[in-house]
Amino acid sequence: MAKGIWVFAEQRDGKIKKVTYELLSAGRGLADNLGEELCAVLFGKDVAGAAAALGEYGADKVFVADNEKLAEYTNDAYVNTLFDLAKANEPNAILFGYTASGRDLGASIAQRLETGMFSDCVSVKVDGGQLVFDRPLYAGKAFVSASCPEARPVVAAMRPNVLAINEPQAGKQAEVVNVEVSGDIRQVIKEVAMAISSRPELTEASIIVSAGRGVKAPENMKLIEEFADSIGAAVGCSRAVVDAGWYPQAQQVGQTGKTVAANLYIACGISGAIQHLAGMSSSKCIVAINKDPEANIFKVADYGIVGDLFEVVPILKEELKKLLA
Amino acid sequence: MKILVLLKQVFDTEAVIKIADGKISGDGITQIINPYDEFAVEEALKIAEATKGEVTIVSVGADVEQTVRQALAMGATNGYVVEDAAMTDVDEYSIATILSKAIGAMQYDLILAGWRAIDDGSAQVASRVAQALNIPLVNLAIKLDVADGKATAVTEIDGGTATIEVPLPAVVTCQKGLNEPRYPSMKGIMQAKKKKIEKVGLGALGLDASAVAAKAKTLNIYLPQTRAAGKVITDEPAVAAKEVAKLLREEAKVI
Ligand SMILES: Cc1cc2nc3c(=O)[nH]c(=O)nc-3n(C[C@H](O)[C@H](O)[C@H](O)COP(=O)(O)OP(=O)(O)OC[C@H]3O[C@@H](n4cnc5c(N)ncnc54)[C@H](O)[C@@H]3O)c2cc1C
Repeated sequence: MAKGIWVFAEQRDGKIKKVTYELLSAGRGLADNLGEELCAVLFGKDVAGAAAALGEYGADKVFVADNEKLAEYTNDAYVNTLFDLAKANEPNAILFGYTASGRDLGASIAQRLETGMFSDCVSVKVDGGQLVFDRPLYAGKAFVSASCPEARPVVAAMRPNVLAINEPQAGKQAEVVNVEVSGDIRQVIKEVAMAISSRPELTEASIIVSAGRGVKAPENMKLIEEFADSIGAAVGCSRAVVDAGWYPQAQQVGQTGKTVAANLYIACGISGAIQHLAGMSSSKCIVAINKDPEANIFKVADYGIVGDLFEVVPILKEELKKLLA
Repeated sequence: MKILVLLKQVFDTEAVIKIADGKISGDGITQIINPYDEFAVEEALKIAEATKGEVTIVSVGADVEQTVRQALAMGATNGYVVEDAAMTDVDEYSIATILSKAIGAMQYDLILAGWRAIDDGSAQVASRVAQALNIPLVNLAIKLDVADGKATAVTEIDGGTATIEVPLPAVVTCQKGLNEPRYPSMKGIMQAKKKKIEKVGLGALGLDASAVAAKAKTLNIYLPQTRAAGKVITDEPAVAAKEVAKLLREEAKVI
């Protein structure tokens, strides 16, 4: 019988991604509820050292594949290795972050294992012995609760930033099981270029300062960036800003951009089109700055400031800086 | 070069979602090509133009001809649609199983698809099809070159880009930024009317409803709680900004 809640521990350069701790924290509760063990699966090169942290965040066991072939994420190497591991151990569930590689690996492994997968989940619970996942449809205009009653393991990719992280237990150790790498790799990685930015990633950021067409010109993105930097925020933008060529596509928030779930989302000069709201409405607290009192964004904002962003942003920046100092 | 494009028909992004009898209601909603699939169609057309190739649009679902025909009007060569009344309980596993079965009998060098559909946002089907066909997968292409039996893609990864090369045939999913989809021309629209859309049922693929039954089961579909409109402050900038800063600390407790 399938047993064990598995968490795929995503890392880059040996540094574990925050979403992994979110998954372990949720996974711990699920495993306890079902009376099963919580296992982390850690793939990469020179990553064995990161296993200790996974134990402290709740894993009972860590499967580690530390191998040159896993240095960069490739679909083939990761799927093959994970497939063999899952076949041998028959977990009940495998949880991923809804990240670029989490999605890629999750969907592939789900098909290989002929099972169901839930993407972009915002919650998970145990009900009647089954894991039940809630996830948005139409970018949050509706939601669905679903389970995978028979096929195992159930695979899910959880949206980063929505699950709470438990306090780590210093010194709690996980059993470490070493794993072999299997199969051929058809993807050749020619180059990896990480954006050089000291800012947090949009999907992981707890604060996002986002710009809309109201910023009026590309050079004014600087104002938004300075605001973001002064409060440790990521910079997002609407599609209008991307289409105008003022800011990169990768920073677009919305139905055809990134879905974010920040603690605080500050929308500057954004009208609040339905496609934009779809990407950011699951943020905990929304602040809107817009000079049009009728702007749609005020319908979802917790706090709205009717005014010119060029006047409001510099003052709000100083005020928030003071609070954070 | 023979290119297949996986195309999904979805609700217009402006659609207001309503639930009737526990299901999402499609009444009065305009259907469009999934926006990410438009990037796939455009890229396929560009490659086909450069290689004197052809583009086949492959779709699963009921009443999808009008959107398949839109892709034909953009310039795709022909369409292939799997439609069967027995397909009621489907998930990503079902769709990928159907698509890979259909594609398994076709000739192709490259399969393109949008990286996710904007309706269910699940980003699974193309990856699953690659697995089922046992051909390499590259997700989230923002640049694609095809030459000498290889595809080289610049892809979006979290926090940067990766350039990945795979042998063909392969599945490549398309991300915004890859290209600007063309609009169908008048001539294209006229020509599309005469282009062939082949329609098959599950039986023709050697499948039946049980072979493609969903693994994932829906328990409940619901609308989110609407966000209550909050406090709107119309004071002058200095006062308003101070007030909001205070509320963020004391009331919302997010700073
Ligand atoms: C298929 C499709 C997909 C889409 N996907 C997305 C998506 O993923 N993300 C997205 O954002 N959009 C998306 N859109 C576009 C969306 O419909 C809107 O066009 C877009 O969000 C508008 O961006 P905006 O709010 O920045 O610009 P506008 O609608 O032009 O609004 C600018 C706002 O700034 C305010 N303003 C102007 N000057 C100032 C000032 N000095 N101070 C304060 N306020 C000021 C104005 O009052 C106005 O409300 C999509 C559209 C389609 C058709």
